[in-house]
Amino acid sequence: MSTFSPTVIHSEKEYTGETDRKSVRQAISDALWEEMERDENVFIMGEEVGVWGGTYAVTRGFYDHFGERRVRDTPISEMVIVGAAVGAAMNGLRPIAEIMTINFAFVAFDAIVNHAAKVRYMFGGQFTVPLVIRTTTGGGRQLGATHSHSPEALFAHFPGLYVVTPSTPFDAKGLLLSAIRDDNPVLFVEHSTLYQNRGLVPTVDYVVPLGKADIKREGSDVTIVTYAKMVEIALDAAERLQDEEGISAEVIDLRSLRPLDLDPVLESFKKTNRCVVVEEGHPFASVSGEIAARIQDEAFDWMDAPVKRVNQEDVPLPYSRELEQSALPNADKVIAAVKEIM
Amino acid sequence: MAMTDEEKIEAYRLMMTVRRFEERCAQLYSEGDIGGFLHLYIGQEAIAAALRFAVPEDDNVITAYRDHGVAIARGLPIEKLMAEMLGKVTGVSKGKGGSMHLADVDRRYWGGYAVVGGHLPLAAGLALADQYRGDDRITVCLMGDGSTNIGYFHEALNLAGVWDLPVVWVIENNEYGMGTSVSRASANPDLSARATAYGMPGKKVDGDDVQATYDAMAEAVEHVRSGNGPILLEAMTYRFRGHSMGDPERYREKDEVSKQEEQDPIKLWGNHLINEGVVNSDRLDEIEKGAEKAVDEAVRFARESPLPSPEELYTDVYV
Repeated sequence: MSTFSPTVIHSEKEYTGETDRKSVRQAISDALWEEMERDENVFIMGEEVGVWGGTYAVTRGFYDHFGERRVRDTPISEMVIVGAAVGAAMNGLRPIAEIMTINFAFVAFDAIVNHAAKVRYMFGGQFTVPLVIRTTTGGGRQLGATHSHSPEALFAHFPGLYVVTPSTPFDAKGLLLSAIRDDNPVLFVEHSTLYQNRGLVPTVDYVVPLGKADIKREGSDVTIVTYAKMVEIALDAAERLQDEEGISAEVIDLRSLRPLDLDPVLESFKKTNRCVVVEEGHPFASVSGEIAARIQDEAFDWMDAPVKRVNQEDVPLPYSRELEQSALPNADKVIAAVKEIM
Repeated sequence: MAMTDEEKIEAYRLMMTVRRFEERCAQLYSEGDIGGFLHLYIGQEAIAAALRFAVPEDDNVITAYRDHGVAIARGLPIEKLMAEMLGKVTGVSKGKGGSMHLADVDRRYWGGYAVVGGHLPLAAGLALADQYRGDDRITVCLMGDGSTNIGYFHEALNLAGVWDLPVVWVIENNEYGMGTSVSRASANPDLSARATAYGMPGKKVDGDDVQATYDAMAEAVEHVRSGNGPILLEAMTYRFRGHSMGDPERYREKDEVSKQEEQDPIKLWGNHLINEGVVNSDRLDEIEKGAEKAVDEAVRFARESPLPSPEELYTDVYV
């Protein structure tokens, strides 16, 4: 393994050095490529990751460069993709297993929950599982009920597994590098409609630590807590709230659902005394429910209004474009929720 | 690849140790000292004995939840196994695993797993790591007949076939997956025939015969280590006790069990050793007493061991 002494950067705002403009796709691809160049124990396995170049084109060119030993096309077999990656991780490698979409992670649920997340504890810490499971999430692409889930909360339920969900190219690359280098299993969830988004990425080696939230916009009247694709929507809503209503919203990107970094949320709440949580997934047993519960428990004395939640409607997502869009969170719904508690 | 006389005697000692260990576990379970589920290996000891001598210590072994016999065969100290049964911190998994989750990574024994078939992909992954590094280590994955009808079986054996993973898959066919017989659960009850679907050889062996199982297993290990890809071995056996403690056993007649007990693999092996002139019956009695004593000692160690401290609740979950 060649030496790697990255700068640890907690937030894009702190970084003042040289940057390139890159898409989320390219940022993720770069992280994978660089880490495979550095560490022979890192390899990729999954459906269509090799010859095809990845169904979201993240691993395009990898197969030709690294070869079939390190970029391994698998059969359509999610249970064994995750399970075999767990076994390889137990036995000394650092696998990156790709599950094409999080909808198919349900097929591998047992391997993720009972094995990736549990084996270290269950055997008294005899081995670690340095595994990254990369997958894509999100609705809004007219893919119908089975291919449009945003079930991150479900996976974040279980101790032993990290759940990481970037919203920008900067965070995506820095968090993925941390994930690959971490000895815990990490479910790395990429939103399928963010791949084209562009942003600034440092040209120097850097990592973003896991388990730290990031304030994406500072404000003083209300705290909007969110992650992944919903960060974009929350920022849009915050701009409009400022322009149209004179309301100053702070937007916190959780970036990691487990471990959940609640401190910046509480700190912000103690300043604004109001909170709206925006989450693409359903409201029941959700991240938004968790945040609301924790705020009332840990910051009750600072509450000026109930914590509001903007989630996907509590129905399966339909195909028809307008109907599907009406079921998903958007800036209008966020603005309405904020106005309700001001 | 023949077993030496000394190994044959040790095989007998191992089987007797497993038998006495399991009987004591049953007793401790009835008395409330062992909790959770308890799946005994009684009746299947010949497979553990064959495994011990056919699979070199540096190879990987992984199995399902009927794991006590396999753990003992891999050389895990029985006092640490008994301590795990009693939930003590001196147990092999620090009291966090219990009967179904025994492991010792230093011995490359990667554990017992309690979700039927869930460890088959892990076995594929263990083997993948060694193949990836160019090591000539192989992985032996044991499973019950019940695990052949869950999707994991298909996905893991297919991947092993496609990638030529160095795995010896061993089905311990004890005729019942919980209370459902193989013929009631499998469209084709000839389980070794499934190997064809995965492009690997499949063999059936009398799993109550130590010598035959040893020969088949040693040959399978050699086959895999020589770079021929995986192999499937079906060892025909029978469990004398219920699926777990508290099994009402409505699915089989008492006669069926007693008939099978006449073919007790330990008795068969003992008689075989006497007939071969390897030992006399006095020596076998001595070994049996030694096994009892060793199990007594294990129980004493386990009882005297401390419980995990409350802080253990939060260790080993994140690195």
